[in-house]
Amino acid sequence: MGGLLDLDLVAARDALRAGETTSTELTRAYLDRIEATRNLNAYITVTADRALAMAKVCDEKLAKGEGGPLEGLPIAVKDLFCTEGVLTTAASHILDGFKPPYESTVTSNLWGAGAVMLGKTNLDEFAMGSSNETSYYGPAVNPWRAADDAETKLVPGGSSGGSASAVAGRAALAATGTDTGGSIRQPAGFTGIVGMRPTYGRCSRWGIVAFASSLDQAGPMTRTVADAALMLSGMAGHDPKDSTSAPLPVPDFSAGLEDGVKGLRIGVPKEYRIDGMPAEIEKLWAQGVEWLKDAGAEIVDISLPHTPYALPTYYIIAPAEASSNLARYDGVRYGLRVDGDSLAEMYANTRGAGFGAEVQRRILIGTYVLSAGYYDAYYRKAQRVRSLIRRDFDQAFETVDAILAPTAPSDAFAIGAEVDDPVKMYLNDVFTVPLNLAGLPGISVPAGLSARGLPLGLQVMGAMFEEAKLLRVARALEKAAAFAARPAMLEGI
Amino acid sequence: MSLDKATVASIATLARLRVPDDRLEPMVGDLNAILGFVEQLNQVNTDGVEPLANVTGHALPQREDAVTDGGYPERVTLNAPDPAGDFYAVPKVVE
Amino acid sequence: MAEADSAQPYRIQGETGPWELVIGLEVHAQVTSKSKLFSGAATAFGAEPNSQVSLVDAAMPGMLPVINRECVDQAVRTGLALEARINEVSVFDRKNYFYADLPQGYQISQYLQPIVGEGVVHLDLEDGRTCEVGIERLHLEQDAGKSLHDQHPSKSYIDLNRSGVALMEIVSKPDLRSPEETAAYIRKLRSILRYIGTCDGNMQEGSMRCDVNVSVRRPGEGFGTRCEIKNVNSIRFVQQAIEYEARRQIEILEAGGTIDQETRLFDANRGETRSMRSKEEAHDYRYFPDPDLLPLVLDPARIAELKASLPELPDARKARFMSEYGLSLYDASSLTEERATADWYEAVVKGGSGKRDPKIAANWVLSELFGALNKAGLDLADSPVSADAMGGLMDLLGDGTISGRIAKDVFAEMLETGKDAAAIVEEKGLKQVSDTGAIEAIVDAVLAENQDKVAEYRGGKDKLFGFFVGQTMKRSGGKANPGMVNELLKAKLAG
Repeated sequence: MGGLLDLDLVAARDALRAGETTSTELTRAYLDRIEATRNLNAYITVTADRALAMAKVCDEKLAKGEGGPLEGLPIAVKDLFCTEGVLTTAASHILDGFKPPYESTVTSNLWGAGAVMLGKTNLDEFAMGSSNETSYYGPAVNPWRAADDAETKLVPGGSSGGSASAVAGRAALAATGTDTGGSIRQPAGFTGIVGMRPTYGRCSRWGIVAFASSLDQAGPMTRTVADAALMLSGMAGHDPKDSTSAPLPVPDFSAGLEDGVKGLRIGVPKEYRIDGMPAEIEKLWAQGVEWLKDAGAEIVDISLPHTPYALPTYYIIAPAEASSNLARYDGVRYGLRVDGDSLAEMYANTRGAGFGAEVQRRILIGTYVLSAGYYDAYYRKAQRVRSLIRRDFDQAFETVDAILAPTAPSDAFAIGAEVDDPVKMYLNDVFTVPLNLAGLPGISVPAGLSARGLPLGLQVMGAMFEEAKLLRVARALEKAAAFAARPAMLEGI
Repeated sequence: MSLDKATVASIATLARLRVPDDRLEPMVGDLNAILGFVEQLNQVNTDGVEPLANVTGHALPQREDAVTDGGYPERVTLNAPDPAGDFYAVPKVVE
Repeated sequence: MAEADSAQPYRIQGETGPWELVIGLEVHAQVTSKSKLFSGAATAFGAEPNSQVSLVDAAMPGMLPVINRECVDQAVRTGLALEARINEVSVFDRKNYFYADLPQGYQISQYLQPIVGEGVVHLDLEDGRTCEVGIERLHLEQDAGKSLHDQHPSKSYIDLNRSGVALMEIVSKPDLRSPEETAAYIRKLRSILRYIGTCDGNMQEGSMRCDVNVSVRRPGEGFGTRCEIKNVNSIRFVQQAIEYEARRQIEILEAGGTIDQETRLFDANRGETRSMRSKEEAHDYRYFPDPDLLPLVLDPARIAELKASLPELPDARKARFMSEYGLSLYDASSLTEERATADWYEAVVKGGSGKRDPKIAANWVLSELFGALNKAGLDLADSPVSADAMGGLMDLLGDGTISGRIAKDVFAEMLETGKDAAAIVEEKGLKQVSDTGAIEAIVDAVLAENQDKVAEYRGGKDKLFGFFVGQTMKRSGGKANPGMVNELLKAKLAG
């Protein structure tokens, strides 16, 4: 069993094609593992019957030497993607019982490529959070424990915490995530896996429950960089149903992965060296720079001067868009309804009961910053600063091929440690948010362990639609880091 | 800028969120902390800078005018908490 | 006398003196298109509940808007027909508010950067004056769904068939000064939209709805505080609403009160407006650019192409009817208000040998045809007489085959039976008699029978001439050529 679960996505694909295993066998192994890791609370819904039915079809195709690039590979789906006939919750009470009569474009692409759906993973409610603790279904748990404290449960990061936890805990071969402010990269960093946010517009947003439309982007969460490339190929593509989807062909992201970084210029932004950053993270970052230099890259000191303003900008724009995007949850057409004497009361009762505290905070902030008299001071101002942040990156990418920085300013923290202070929680995304505002691709690669024995990630950022180059740099980093540590819970499987 | 309880209550009304009285006070604190945090932006000189609303470089795609969707009222009301035939139902609206 | 009166500007006499009205209109015109503005669901009127609703229109989670190119073109055509500036870049915003028939919780509209900027509409008023009404802007937006309040004692039912249908909101400047001008403006706007096919103008089905802004002031003073009367759905109601509202405001002002700027509703049954305070509370629409859409960029070549493909518009056609056909302003206006009428008329004039008299044809279309259609409650499209058949009648009239009086009988027969004019004339032997000998014989007979009257006439009683004409025509069964009858009588009576 352990052997099967140890195969990464690329290896499992090869094993299936070679007939060394079957999709059904692989899928069963993961379904068993999901049962064995229920304490991770990684899944909101497990679709075992559907998984086995899909696997059976895959096996028939594989037996005939047919099938797509992901044929027979069992994966998990963040429960923000609408899946036809399967409960879709966004980890919110307000979507109680919602079974979409449609399938998101990204998941539809994945099933078209042959992937098998294991189930829907946990997340922060409406993807609003950095620890998976705002989920109506309870927090997902990080498979890792601190070396000196095996008892304390740690967060897997968020919002794609369930996906990260499932991949890191071997309860999925790979998973989809979404990244609005770091929701793929930060949990990938916290759980020792690879998480990639593609360029805005690379993956369709159609059928993904919207949080902040100008920032949301789906991406892969996998064990390796090569897996990320394979998975992204299955997710990406132009979609006429999404007006912001990029009308570009999807390149073969796996080609050129091993080409190395010789001759590439890697930028190191000085503004990411923030006050109070733990020394071990600064050290790992320096180590990363050395690795890439040793691999033949040219290191360039760069400046992204508006970096310090990215988080405040994000915490105006994202809540503003969210306050509007979440207006549709009103108890009329789907999900929870809490009755009231009038229409307005029914709305307020439903939304008051259906949304958790963090979602309510963001709706209120978003409503406020868009309201008459405050729009220019907050929202327009934030959009102007967003311009400056984008301009910083545009200028940087005139001279560099990629940018290297830490993924997050800390390692995984204990469940409950930061929930009482929303602003402190927001600081988790300090290194990831600028990229979302600029619309650029980025990837977190596990690069080392903290003093507490927890994984730390390094982040590579790329220029618009240069995912292939980004993956190439990430692969070089992955090779040099040779991250082989595993959470203790994986012992003996 | 600092929000008081009454302002937060009126924003909640505008956002159609029932915030019970005992949750209002902590909410006021949280929102003021967040607003205090985002007000750092006042330090940035944005004179002459255009607001950025979209990061994509392409133009708005436009579809052909053809009937390609609809015709499935049962799917439209499938998840409705209180459907009435093919209608949605809500508490009576008095105009 | 009438002219002198109508040159006076419209005033309402209050207890303390005259008041001037200031009126501006926001017209919501449903764009003629097969599918909705941002979804592929159909737009037809009167479908089964929620049967023309896509998952986008029902605001399902994760659904996204994609704009309909034809709706954009229709807005551009309309802008061009209103002589307006077309904005090559426009932006879609979300207008946020909660309502039962607004599933997204926001309406996609255009706020700061509409697709069409300032334009103008030219009005011909009934008293012969003309005036210009400025257009402030035109923007594209989504219609809302429909709430039904009479289906259940404690619930409203929601039908989203209209949700997402494209509307053009056409905002006038506050240039209108009377209920009549306002009515003329709506008619003219409707005429233009129907000409270019961008809106069917059907007010009963809600394809055109008006929000009317009304204020009053002392002549020559600055603008007063206005009230907006929402969703008035007929021209008559618009006029009634303005009159009522103006008088209401004048009463308040003359009693020393002030006007609250508010939204009001017109109650057609009572003929009055009343406050909509319930909907007033805390309206803050929080407009911001819709992040699901990108700015709409129009290629100048596309605008030029749309301009080139516009049909002749009512103003141009009216001017041409006057210069080319020699019609009066009144006849030209009446014939060109509806494109179908103008087309019908031109088919009559230009058909056949092309020698039909345009003025006579105009008279026949406007009085005989429309009179008959009105009586029968028919539209032009349902006319039992085709333009071709009417042309045939014109030909018989033109070449003297029948007289005008006979033509009316023939036309009545045509309406009745659908037969063409020539066949009826043939069948009934109605051909005009232009044979001098035959007419002379009748004239002689009439004079012989009425010797006493001949004597009176010759004695100076000129008025008797009509009597002789009448007798002659009667004896000929109406078929005698009236011109020849006149000539012969004159000659013989003089003799």
